[in-house]
Amino acid sequence: MQLLDPSSELKPTHRPRSPRLESLDGAVIGLLDISKPRGDVFLDRVSEHLAKRGARIERYRKPTFTKNAPQDLRAKISETCDAVIEALAD
Amino acid sequence: MQNTHQQSSAADGTPPRREPDGLLLVVKHDCPTCQLVVPALQEMIDGGLKLTVLSQDDPAFPQLSDVDGRCGQSFDSSLERSHRLKTEIVPTLYVIHDGVATECAIGWNRAEWRQLTNLDDLGASLPESRPGCGSLNLEPAHLERLELQTKEFASRRIELGDQEDEFEAAFARGWTDGLPVVPPTPERVYRMLRGTDRAPTELVAKIAPDHVDCTVEKVAINAVMAGCLPEYLPVVLTAVEAACDPVFNWHGLAATTYFSGPVVMVNGPIAEKLGMNSGINALGQGNRANMTIGRALNLTLRNVGGARPGEIDRATLGNPGKLSFCFAENEEQSPWPSLAQSRGIAVGDSAVTLFAGEGPRGLIDQLSREPESLSTSFAMTLKTVAHPKLILGFDAVLVVSPEHARVFKEAGWSRSDLTSRLHSLLTSPPKELLRGAGGCAEGVPAALAEADALPKFKPDGLLIVHAGGQAGLFSAIIGGWVNGDIGSTPVTKRIVQ
Repeated sequence: MQLLDPSSELKPTHRPRSPRLESLDGAVIGLLDISKPRGDVFLDRVSEHLAKRGARIERYRKPTFTKNAPQDLRAKISETCDAVIEALAD
Repeated sequence: MQNTHQQSSAADGTPPRREPDGLLLVVKHDCPTCQLVVPALQEMIDGGLKLTVLSQDDPAFPQLSDVDGRCGQSFDSSLERSHRLKTEIVPTLYVIHDGVATECAIGWNRAEWRQLTNLDDLGASLPESRPGCGSLNLEPAHLERLELQTKEFASRRIELGDQEDEFEAAFARGWTDGLPVVPPTPERVYRMLRGTDRAPTELVAKIAPDHVDCTVEKVAINAVMAGCLPEYLPVVLTAVEAACDPVFNWHGLAATTYFSGPVVMVNGPIAEKLGMNSGINALGQGNRANMTIGRALNLTLRNVGGARPGEIDRATLGNPGKLSFCFAENEEQSPWPSLAQSRGIAVGDSAVTLFAGEGPRGLIDQLSREPESLSTSFAMTLKTVAHPKLILGFDAVLVVSPEHARVFKEAGWSRSDLTSRLHSLLTSPPKELLRGAGGCAEGVPAALAEADALPKFKPDGLLIVHAGGQAGLFSAIIGGWVNGDIGSTPVTKRIVQ
């Protein structure tokens, strides 16, 4: 019996992970709030801890948690930051 | 004489076969006109032309004397060559150039045959014209087999082993929603595709979260798996298009931790034509069209778009309607124009409305006989959508049953009368809704404390639809997901065949 493939037939490509930061000292860390309740509370606390370790913090916010971050926001984060932490808040 | 369209036939999945250049004639013995033209065929060979004769029913027909190998005779016993030529009438005389037919003359027409052959005295002893007979490849007994034999699908074919169970194979490949699916064999998909005039290769939508192009053929495969009949396919296709409208925000709906999934509401003549249920148990099980149209939408979104539970689908609890939640409106007995008409669809057109909704919740009022009282019951229950203290972020569908609708009908209340009354009843003072009010942390932020009054729903956030059995003073509320620009906006789309 033959069946026709109901899927998209996508072949995922494997991409290597970005190199891990060796130190937080002087690193620029982006904190992305996705606009969920209390995400800011979580990120405020994370920011305090990272600052103590010498990181410079950049704060960002998605317009809504239900959609992808806008392209220009993604571009800005990738150009500015050495790493990013996203607060999913759920 | 006609230009042929053989070369464009690849668009419908039947690629042309390359025929020998020169003249090609398709005939059958059981056709008086084919027998009539035999002397003209001999004249063509004797006149130096290269002629291929394709006989559909008799390898010995016609009896011709070859000259210098110019006459080729073939028996098209399978009728595949006739099918690929798209022959409708015999005899048909084709001009083959670079392997494909470019011109043809149908039946016997002396002037046309002379023009195609450049023989000025061809068929002088024959009548001026005679119509032909129907080509064998068009007979129903052959047509489906031929179309299936020659059809090429864009989708990958997967060959199952002799010992492999086809139902288990679908589970093993991750294609199902947890229930068995109808195995999508080429035969079944072929028949499903006959439910629409749209080409299998036509793009229906780009589906999130994988953002891949979804064709009519992929929707048809998933519709087979869901158990649809071919005539349901236009509704499924429209539902997929509506779900992928950017304002519906399928990506977010697929990924949400909330309960919701796509709810499909069907309006217009197609609902009755397909035998959809808008009556007893309209939101429940038991009707093939209701169940399988909704299921086909969800299977397509899952299998093509890639939204699988536990992966991109992060629902905390989900709801059983994510298998299928599809019903029709009872328009005939409704006191109001249909839901689709209230959203801009013309009378007589069919449409789907997609709503990002959770499961239905019941609403009992067996005592109200006045619209003021009954609408108050509706409002009290509508206030609980998402949370009694949360406002404006969630839309709702109010499914009014026939016995409840009768109260409004007898009082002469229009849809807008009811909607206005509900909005009015669902406006609350901020002090009742603030975080912490009533001993409950959930609620609206303190910044809204000074507002005059706060509405529960946006002005367009209530959709009212009429459905259900004739007995029962119950209605239902389908609570929405996050609405508007930050979430999902309902989409209504006209169905085309």
